[in-house]
Amino acid sequence: MNTKRGWMIAISVLAACALLLIVACNKKEEQPANTAAEQAAPAATPIDQATVATIDGTVKFDGTAPKAAKIDMSQDPACKGMNESENIVVDNGDLANVFVYVKDGLGNRTFDVPKDAVELDQQGCKYHPHVLGAMAGQTIEIKNDDQTTHNIHPTPKDNREWNESQPPSTAPLEKSFAREEIMLPVKCNQHPWMKMYINVVKSPFYAVTDKSGKYEIKGLPPGTYTIAFVQEKLGEQDQQVTVGPKETKVVDQSFKETGM
Amino acid sequence: MVTSNDAGLSVPDWPTSFGYLVKVPHFVGGIRYEWSHRMVAGSLLTLTLAIAIWTLLVERRRWLRWLAIGAFCTVILQATLGGMTVLFLQPPWLSTAHATVAQTFFCIAVAIALFTGRKWVEEQPPVEFDSRRPSLFTLTLFSIFVLYVQLILGGMFRHHGMSWWPHVLNAVFVTIVLTWTAIRALSVYSRIEAVRWPAILMLSLLITQLCLGFAAFVTRVEWGKDALQPELPMVVATVTHVAVGALLLATTVVLAIQVWRHVPVAFAERTSRALEQENVTAS
Repeated sequence: MNTKRGWMIAISVLAACALLLIVACNKKEEQPANTAAEQAAPAATPIDQATVATIDGTVKFDGTAPKAAKIDMSQDPACKGMNESENIVVDNGDLANVFVYVKDGLGNRTFDVPKDAVELDQQGCKYHPHVLGAMAGQTIEIKNDDQTTHNIHPTPKDNREWNESQPPSTAPLEKSFAREEIMLPVKCNQHPWMKMYINVVKSPFYAVTDKSGKYEIKGLPPGTYTIAFVQEKLGEQDQQVTVGPKETKVVDQSFKETGM
Repeated sequence: MVTSNDAGLSVPDWPTSFGYLVKVPHFVGGIRYEWSHRMVAGSLLTLTLAIAIWTLLVERRRWLRWLAIGAFCTVILQATLGGMTVLFLQPPWLSTAHATVAQTFFCIAVAIALFTGRKWVEEQPPVEFDSRRPSLFTLTLFSIFVLYVQLILGGMFRHHGMSWWPHVLNAVFVTIVLTWTAIRALSVYSRIEAVRWPAILMLSLLITQLCLGFAAFVTRVEWGKDALQPELPMVVATVTHVAVGALLLATTVVLAIQVWRHVPVAFAERTSRALEQENVTAS
């Protein structure tokens, strides 16, 4: 009987230790991962504002645009309004939600991380915007304007993964990502249709195409660059562009229907 | 239901749920599945503890008392793995371990039910020695092994840790081994009821499981690759596929136990001793 009791105590102690270990590991995960990276950020390389150039243009969809699928949100009565898929948004051939950024050509330049936060809003059980750009280390302010709880769960490849709950009428969450990562998926496990993408880049030279497929990247130092156009379903396309001092260059791009 | 609805992380904290142990949260979306899962798990842990204590108090068979303790330890391990999947954000190997231990617990629970059943306790088991090689008992053990491999491969695929093809390829081996086992059991030992019924059930579940596997593949891999959220056909197909998989494993375990009891392997020594016993009984 004593041996038996001893076994039971040993098993209970082991289980308790396992629980403590898990809780301890969880607390460690909650620590901000990028504090050291932020502290060690080098000073920004100065840019001569008198010579900066601009790249703008329109991104088109070449082919028959797929019809946006309707999303059934009936599993949560607080999710009101109409919702449909945003994975390919085309209006009169203009492609929205394409992330455009300077992929190459900036050399070893470094840039100040903007003090202002970029905003990600959850409204109507939908992310606004669907595609977001931010600099590495820049604060992303995540708001919940719905009368329901959301959980925000980024699933990055190169950054730290996290998952946090955000009840209605609570303060915005402030998060950042330390490393560059394009099309970093973010989802809500409570509302499985809620998906969006954050693009984390090292430079401020990026844009997301609007409903008319237009984008604009300002303040570029003269030079030759690789401009990347990234769409969540259609993939990435690159273009080489050379801009002179004070020049404004139109760089259009089109994605073909094939490969969908 | 939790994994099929992609709701595994809809409650981000553990062991509490939104800061509380039992308080019902806003019961919507993925929370419905995950929170219900946790409450059922809690009830299961309590029931298993009750069974373990009851067995320790009233059961005379020492090995069965240990099995009941083993069942309780398995539930504790399962709860710990479940918590770890939440806190470590569902790494595929951890989620697969959670799924595998769940089915192991189910098999232990079924075995306890079998060992404590009236028939097992009261009957004088009819015995036929098995002199074939590989023995039927070896075949049942091999069946359990390939089913476990299948369970791990399926879990890894389901939790995005592996492609679908190893699971589908191993389904061929599972079909061959289980069919071989069932045919041997039914063709040679069908007179023994305790072997016949699990063998028939195993074969029936195998056929059902292959059909459900095909349905799960079509709905989730083919039709569901661009789905905006889990849809009813893919949820029904995958949930029934997992449930029938658990039944198939438990049935195979029952068959192995019954074969071990009724169709022991005929080693030369054991056969001669059995013959001696028969002679003593006859005289």
